[in-house]
Amino acid sequence: MSTIKYTTSHEWIKLEDDGTASVGISENAQDLLGDIVFVELPDVGTEISAKQEVAVVESVKAASDIYSPVTGEVVAVNEVLLDAPETINASPEEDGWIFKIKISDESELDELMDAETYAEHIE
Amino acid sequence: MLKRTPLFDKHLEAGGKMIDFAGWEMPINYGSQISEHKQVREHAGLFDVSHMTVVDISGEGTVDYLRTLLTNDIAKLDKPGMALYTAMLNEEGGVIDDLIVYSMSGFFRLVVNCATREKDLAWLNQQAASYDVEITERPELAILAVHGPEAIEKVCSLLTPEDAEVVMQLGNFKAAELGDRFIARTGYTGEKGLELIIPEQQAATLWDGLLAADVKPIGLGARDSLRLEAGMNLYGHDMDEETSPLAANMEQVITWTSEGRNFIGRDAVMKDKAKQIDGDLPYLTGLVLESRGVLREGQKVVTDTGEGVITSGGFSPTLGHSIALVRIPAGSKTCKVEMRGELVEARLVKPNFVRFGKKVFE
Repeated sequence: MSTIKYTTSHEWIKLEDDGTASVGISENAQDLLGDIVFVELPDVGTEISAKQEVAVVESVKAASDIYSPVTGEVVAVNEVLLDAPETINASPEEDGWIFKIKISDESELDELMDAETYAEHIE
Repeated sequence: MLKRTPLFDKHLEAGGKMIDFAGWEMPINYGSQISEHKQVREHAGLFDVSHMTVVDISGEGTVDYLRTLLTNDIAKLDKPGMALYTAMLNEEGGVIDDLIVYSMSGFFRLVVNCATREKDLAWLNQQAASYDVEITERPELAILAVHGPEAIEKVCSLLTPEDAEVVMQLGNFKAAELGDRFIARTGYTGEKGLELIIPEQQAATLWDGLLAADVKPIGLGARDSLRLEAGMNLYGHDMDEETSPLAANMEQVITWTSEGRNFIGRDAVMKDKAKQIDGDLPYLTGLVLESRGVLREGQKVVTDTGEGVITSGGFSPTLGHSIALVRIPAGSKTCKVEMRGELVEARLVKPNFVRFGKKVFE
């Protein structure tokens, strides 16, 4: 079973079996944003640090920066979102993933919240 | 404690996501603003606008009073069942509010914004001192708006055949008093439709009837994107007490020439007119961003003649890109928007983007 962790800025990160992790925004975040109309994706190969701005999700309500939960290299982006940004509304924590990252230091995951702690955080 | 309309429970039943809107607990959407927006453009949608303020004006002095108070001339409403869009200005020519005035049998009805209710009522009463008029707020009335290509037939399907016949015949900006219901061909979406002002006790039944007829509830989010596509101003955003109506694309609400009439603010607006002729008055127009990104209220713009600001902006679900209303220096031909630290090229167009479901600008 894959581990899912959450940030205080409402991203989730899910560790895959191949050592990469996918990142997206939480169900709660998409609900707060409302209908998403544009997504700006990073370039594959970009090196990013934890808490660095990496993508932009723009909804009917506001533009939101997406921060990388961990340090690493972007290895894939979800191009489906370019034409179908509403995928994030429909499936924020599965089909609506934004990018995949090759994590430099897995210990950074320890600083993030598990599902239960995140649920308490957003209450 | 937030105020609630008679339809509050109906909003919850329909899954409304409730927010604080100028002190009222109102639905921002019932799931998806974009689906609701398209529902109105393609079929029919139902809005609860009972938070808006209805004020009836009666008495011998009503016509003289309203001809002084309002920029548009209510002498145009020479029989019951007519509507006029107008502004109410202060002495300095700033916009106190925009409103619709209806001629009724024996009185006039104003529908003003909810966020401006208190100052509007204070102004109405202050100006009434030297007129024989009675000003009566009607908080016991609910207002439902039904808009979209199928709206009128859906409403008529719930009326008696006699009433339906009357409503089917209504022209744009015309209205009918049908017993204790008032039904007008007015609205804020750029689609055909009706506004129904009815006793609050009838609101829930009418709401249920319309939903059963497959009309969908529409939240304030889509109400805003619909009016923006229609190029309609929103008070407090596109104009306010500091704004001349001439700098807010509102010249059509001013009746300049009427015998023996001098509306409040006229002298000030005449000066603005002179500035406008000299090219010294900013103007409100349309802006289109065909690339990715969303224009937002408050964003700074840079034109070939100076700087301006976006007064309303958003994503247009009908067009699939962003549109905005922007106030810029006279004579501007090009426009760049400051978005996230960068200047992005956008296109100036007439401030009217969508009517009857279709793109209307070049």
